[in-house]
Order: sequence, then structure tokens, then C-alpha cells
Amino acid sequence: MLTDARLVAAKDLRIEMRSKVTVSQVVPFAGLVLVMFGFALDANRPTLDLATSGLFWVTVLFVAVMAVQRSTAIETTDGARRALLLAGVEPSAVFMGKAAAVAVQLLAVELVLIGGIIVLYDASIEEPLLLVATCVTATAGIAAAGTLLGALVAGVRARETVLPILLLPVLAPVLLGATRAFDDALGAVAVNGWSWLAMLVGFTVINVAFGVTAYGVLLEET
Amino acid sequence: MTTTTASDITGTRRRGTGSRTTFWLGSVGLVGVVVLILLGFFAAPADDDQVDAVRMIFIHVPVAMLTYVAFSLTAVGSVLWLWKRSIWWDTVALSAAEVGVMFCGLTLFTGSIWGRPTWGTYWDWGDVRLVTTMILFLIMVGYLAVRSLDGDSATLATRAAVIGIIGAVNIPIVNRSVTWWSSRRTLHQKSSLTDGNLEDLTLFTMMFGLVVFSILMLWMMIHRFRISWLERQVSEGNLSEALIARRAEAMVAVETGRVGGAIQPELGRQPDKGGFGEVEDSK
Amino acid sequence: MIRLDAVVALLGRFPALAGVDLDIADGEIVLIQGPNGAGKSTLLRLCAGLLRLESGSATVLGSDLSTSRAAVRRRVGLLGHDTALYDELSVVENLEFWAAASRVDRSSVLPALARLGVAPRLHDVAVSKLSAGQRRRVALAGVVVRRPELWLLDEPHAGLDQAGRDLVDDLVVEAARAGATVLMASHELDRTVDLATRTVVIAGGMVVADRLGSVHSEAGEGCAD
Repeated sequence: MLTDARLVAAKDLRIEMRSKVTVSQVVPFAGLVLVMFGFALDANRPTLDLATSGLFWVTVLFVAVMAVQRSTAIETTDGARRALLLAGVEPSAVFMGKAAAVAVQLLAVELVLIGGIIVLYDASIEEPLLLVATCVTATAGIAAAGTLLGALVAGVRARETVLPILLLPVLAPVLLGATRAFDDALGAVAVNGWSWLAMLVGFTVINVAFGVTAYGVLLEET
Repeated sequence: MTTTTASDITGTRRRGTGSRTTFWLGSVGLVGVVVLILLGFFAAPADDDQVDAVRMIFIHVPVAMLTYVAFSLTAVGSVLWLWKRSIWWDTVALSAAEVGVMFCGLTLFTGSIWGRPTWGTYWDWGDVRLVTTMILFLIMVGYLAVRSLDGDSATLATRAAVIGIIGAVNIPIVNRSVTWWSSRRTLHQKSSLTDGNLEDLTLFTMMFGLVVFSILMLWMMIHRFRISWLERQVSEGNLSEALIARRAEAMVAVETGRVGGAIQPELGRQPDKGGFGEVEDSK
Repeated sequence: MIRLDAVVALLGRFPALAGVDLDIADGEIVLIQGPNGAGKSTLLRLCAGLLRLESGSATVLGSDLSTSRAAVRRRVGLLGHDTALYDELSVVENLEFWAAASRVDRSSVLPALARLGVAPRLHDVAVSKLSAGQRRRVALAGVVVRRPELWLLDEPHAGLDQAGRDLVDDLVVEAARAGATVLMASHELDRTVDLATRTVVIAGGMVVADRLGSVHSEAGEGCAD
């Protein structure tokens, strides 16, 4: 299963690299959102300090919706979903592979965004380890829930609007947890970020497990 | 023949989705609501702190509890659909979700009305149950959105079932996270049931409300269940009709000789190529 | 071997197959004819183990389709209307991915491409840059790589030039000689008839005619597309 997952992930990432959408559209979009938030909050330094973590993760969620849409489209445009079934790849391996590819893209965007909040919002990193652990855990959870729900709306005519409606409420705990953990890591608010990280681990484990179980049903049925 | 059909139809029309059971359930529910109003507004005493606002719990608490019952039913029904492909349970999941979303909306609505005089605000971000319920509400609205997509019923049932279960498996995490998030600033009552401060009559009225709303929920769910069951039957009735229509196509094709070349090969007749529609293929 | 008994299969709510009875032995080359919308493509997808049976029973390659569709899938090669190729990847990358996913040795990719006449200069070209005909050849090479026991070809000649059509015919004959079964849906009677050991006509989701040998016809011209 791991071999197949790696195969699918490598394929998705190679396609992403060729199409350059992440670099040429998604990253500029993320940067744009940061700038827009800066305008909306009137570039008020104390407000920005308090809001930085939240703005960071809201931006990541927007980017996640885009990444999941693209990841799903790869398989639906030319009937590759059917071919994956015919090839006999375990659906759980397809799930893991696609989720991993989405996670890698999100992490790349997050790296740029961290640079963005340091430069634009004057954030400083107090606890690098917590920051990295939060990014990795939250991103894995987002990618897992997103990949599953992406398969759920595959082939639906209104998928562009349905996906965010389904995905964002499910990701609410990630937004809460990752934001609090970032507050701690950036030294913005005194909270215990590590216990929030534990909650994120719980979310990620549950959603990866559920995705591995349920992805096959969706691949078959739709 | 025609008369039988006609009377059948009118018979069906008169029956609707009602039955003796739902008639009595509905009647008892209606009477129950009247009694609940009398009890709630006149018999039960005002609270020492909350004054008259306390009366909202006669609706709010039962409806909130039943919301969770309904969504649990949706999750159970979703699992049983995916596992056993039980159409009965899938229909239960759908009916419970619809009634549940309504009750959930009512919970949020009554909660914020009650919050205004009591907490001084309609919405309290620090309240665990309020925020958790809101997220659950949004997830289940997504469930109904998936149900309303077009597609065949089995595919929709599967898509929706995944949402139904996702909602259920994530609720503990949502609840946990909101609890921690709001621990600094929570306003919500400790559970009204367990803190022992309620007057006997107040407690009785609330329990009575729970019974009344349970009956109402059951009543609505049965009706909703029957509607989607009938919808299924219509589409399955359509299936046998569709099969007949589909097979008739075959007969027409044979009779008009569109496939005659193959039917009567001894005549050496070349199939009419025009009839095959040369390039159906895509690129 | 394929044995279908009163098979009903739905596309959405539409009964695309409305009671198909069909028995096909190993090594047969079966031409499936029928008007547009007769259910030809659906029949091929059903035999590939991709559709749920609404009613009836079906055995393909010794597996019961109502219980073990996954077992069938690995052993068939389906060329559908979609080519299942990723636009951004090159020809070779695509086929190597599908070979690896199907657990086939990727060394068979280059010979298959050569067999289908895909020029080496195209090997590293992104699939999106190929013409429809080239794309179809690459998809067919993908079927060849899998060495399927059952070939399911939906309009295999469509979009190909004369040389490509001849290639398809050769492949089909070769496969059947090697013991594989071929089901082929086609409009192009004058071409496919000479290959087929059997012709099945379907209309309205049912088999309306089934005979050994091919439909006789004068080799018709002017069906190039």
C-alpha cells in the first residue's frame, strides 16, 4: 500500500510541478490575502499581532479548498478514476497518495506564508519546534479531510460551491487548534500551544483513519 | 378497470402519508404543545435570577437534546447504508437529518433569544455547546446540500452517508476544541438538569416538554420517511416502466430494420449504416 | 469466458442494459453492433467490473460480478471513450505510471509504444500536446502493456488513420491467437466484420441478434473519419 501511495503522490506532485499552478497562482493568491487582511485591519499593529495566527490559518484553509479542487480534477478530467480501479490500486493507497500530495503543496504555501507574516505583520517565531509541528499536523489533517470530501463531490456539477460548504465546517477544529498553537509559537498570546497540538493530532488521526476506510466507497460509487 | 384505478388514486390521495398511528401521534403532540404552553407560561414559576427568560428552557433543552438524537440516528443510518446497503436505514438517515437540522436551527434560535436577556448578548463565542452546535448545524446543512444534488439515489445516499458519519466522528473533537478555546470566558449554564437548582414544577415542565417534542419529532420523521419512501417507489416504479420502454426500443429497432442486416443475414443485406449514426465517438 | 444472464444495469436511473443474455468463449473476437445509445459502451464497462448489477447474474473470467468485481478488473484491458491519460505528463511517464499501478513490469512500455507506432520523438512530449489519434494510440499501448485476458475496446478505430486502423486489427487478431477474448464495439462494419468470429447486435439494452461469423458486406469505402 505504501508503494502505491508513494506512486500516486509522486504522480500528483509531478503534475502540479508541470502545471505550475501552485507557484504561479496559489502562492500569489495567498500573498494577496495577507495584504488584503492588512488593509482590512487598517494595518493596526496591535490588532495585527493578535490576529496574525488566525489570518494565517484562514488563508491556509482557502488555499486548501483550491488545492483539493485541483487534486480531484486530475482524476476526473480524462476518466483516470476508472483506470485506477481497473489497475487494482487499493483505494486507501490512492487516498494516502493524494492526501500526501495535497499536504506537500500546502506546506510549501505555508512556508511562503510564514515568510509573509514575518515581513508584513512583523511576526517573530518564539518556538520554532511548536510552529513546525503545528504546520505538519494541521496540514495532514486538512489534506485528509479535504481529499475525502474532494472525492465526495467529484463529478458533481456544482462542486466548486459544494466543496467549501462541506469542508470548512469540518475543518473548524483545525482552525481553532492551529491558531491557538500558533499564538503560542509566535508568542502573541499566552496559551499552552502543546495541548492544542495534541488536539490537532487527534483530529488528524481520526480523519486519516476515516478517509482510509471511506475513500474506496466513494471511488466505487461515483 | 378505469374506475378501479381512479378510486385507487383518490384513495391514495386521501390517505397521503398519514395513518392511524401518525394521526394519534400528531393529535397527542398538538394537545401536548397546548399543555406545555399552559404549564410553561402559567404554572411554572419564574426563576430567581433569570426571571421569565427561564421559560425558554422548556423548548430549548428538549429540542437541543433531540437534535443530538436525530443526528445520531443519521450517523447510524449512514453506517447501515454503507455497510448493508439498507434503503430503510438510508431513508431513516435522511428523515432524521432533515428534522434534525430544523431542531438544530430551533436550538440555536431559542438559545440566542434566551442569551440576550440572560447573558446580555445573542451570541456567545465562549459557549461550548452553542459553538459546537453551530458547527454541527453547518455540517448537517452540507449533508442536506449533498442530498439535493442531482444524481441517482444510491450515489447520493453514499455521498451523504460519508458526511453523516464525518459529522459524528468529528463532534467529540469539535466539542473538545471549543471547550478549551472558550474555557477562559464561558457563560453557559452548567447543565440545567444536574445542578439541582430547578423548582420541581420547572423540572417537570421541562421533562414534559421533552416528551412532547419527542412525539413531535417522531411524528415528523414518520411523515418524512414515508415521503421519501414513496419517492423511492415512484423511481422504482419508473424503473420497471423504463425497462419496458427500453426493451421496446429493441423491438422498434428490429422491426424497422435498423439492425436488419444482422437479423436476416441470409438475405445478405448490408446494414443501413446511416442508422448507426456514424461518428458518435468523442475525440 | 463471459456469461451474462438477464443482466440489468443502470446509468443513474436509466436502464442502459435491460436484460442482456450473452455467452462468450475464450479466444472469441466479438463485434458488438448497435445504434447510438444501444448500450454498447455500458456492456463493455459492465464486463470490466465497473458497474453494479441491478439484477441478473454475470460471470467474467470465472469471477461472479455481483460479488468480486475487483478480481475481474485487474485482468481486463478497457479502451473507453476516455483515454485515462494525464495531460501534464509525458507519454512514457503516463504509461510507466499505469504499468506500475497495475503491477506490470515497466520495461514493456517502450515495446508497446513501438508496437503502436508511437514515434520515439513523442515519448517525452506531454500528452496534452498530442493529436487525438496519437493520444488514442498511446491509450491502446496502455492496454497492450497490461496483457489483459479480456480486451474491451470501445470504438478502437475512431480517430485513427488508415495505418492506425490496420494496427488495431493486427493487435486484436494477435490477442485472440494468444488466447485472449476480445469484445469490440464499433460502427465501422466494413472494417471490423472481417475480424470478428461472432457478431452480437444490441438495441434497447438487449441482444437482438447473435450469430457466428461476421456480417457480410462489400468492403465499403468512404467511412474515413
